[in-house]
Amino acid sequence: MLISQRCSFFKRGDSIMEIYLFFLFATSAVASAVAMITSRDTVNSALFLVLNLVSIAGVFLLLKAQFLAVIQILVYGGAIMVLFLFVIMLLNLSSEENLLNRFSAKYVVGFFLGVIVLSQLLYAIADFTGTLPNFSPGIEQVGTVEALGDELFSTYLLPVLITAVLLTAAVVGAILIAQRKLTGKENK
Amino acid sequence: MELDWYLSLSAVLFTIGVIGVLTRKNAIVVFMCAELMLNSVNLTLVSFSAQHGDVHGQILVFFSLCVAAAEAAVGLAIIIAIFRNHLTVDISQINLLRW
Repeated sequence: MLISQRCSFFKRGDSIMEIYLFFLFATSAVASAVAMITSRDTVNSALFLVLNLVSIAGVFLLLKAQFLAVIQILVYGGAIMVLFLFVIMLLNLSSEENLLNRFSAKYVVGFFLGVIVLSQLLYAIADFTGTLPNFSPGIEQVGTVEALGDELFSTYLLPVLITAVLLTAAVVGAILIAQRKLTGKENK
Repeated sequence: MELDWYLSLSAVLFTIGVIGVLTRKNAIVVFMCAELMLNSVNLTLVSFSAQHGDVHGQILVFFSLCVAAAEAAVGLAIIIAIFRNHLTVDISQINLLRW
């Protein structure tokens, strides 16, 4: 099965470069995700998450989704991660000492649940291996700003406007939740 | 490239996020793992969208990004509020709603 997949790489006339780039980005994404959940320092975790998001943006580019790749780097890698880093530095957390040197049942249970989830997902994917059609020839025109904006501001105009309300509500809510209490008990 | 590879990458990233949520105790890292899972699902949506040559999957990813931004702002505000009351973000020590 694997060999037939390998052959189908080359039969479709994909460039070797694309395959190399995919595996480069995939390795980088998986490695940075693992480093994120295993690093003791929270700042390091956040920076590894940035690397992971940039790698996924690279995979988006391979899928010809230019607009989403740019948005991914701008919104996720830029805005959201700056917010994370800001909060981490605001709280001034010390790094956890006993991360992996203390054997705990929690790690075993968490790891086995993760393995179960992964095997279920891969089993579901393996059911469809070979039956999925190839990438559509219209893929080049799909991910452009023009195509997405056309659809967003005609068919999806109401959801876009509702998104504006959602973001405003989130900003107001975040300020309300995070501010010091003006009345009630003293909060240092 | 076959679609399977993209889906497998997404499954592996999702699993790493699940393991992180289940094993880490720092609330901020748990939150970042949730972002990682959101992102892997976005990758699945984009790859199916590219396979079908259909723009609607990418539009769903766009809205998912908006919701993720709102969620990050509110979630981090909640973490700051918890830190102000308990002086910790260790979720094993925050047991107000635990039975």
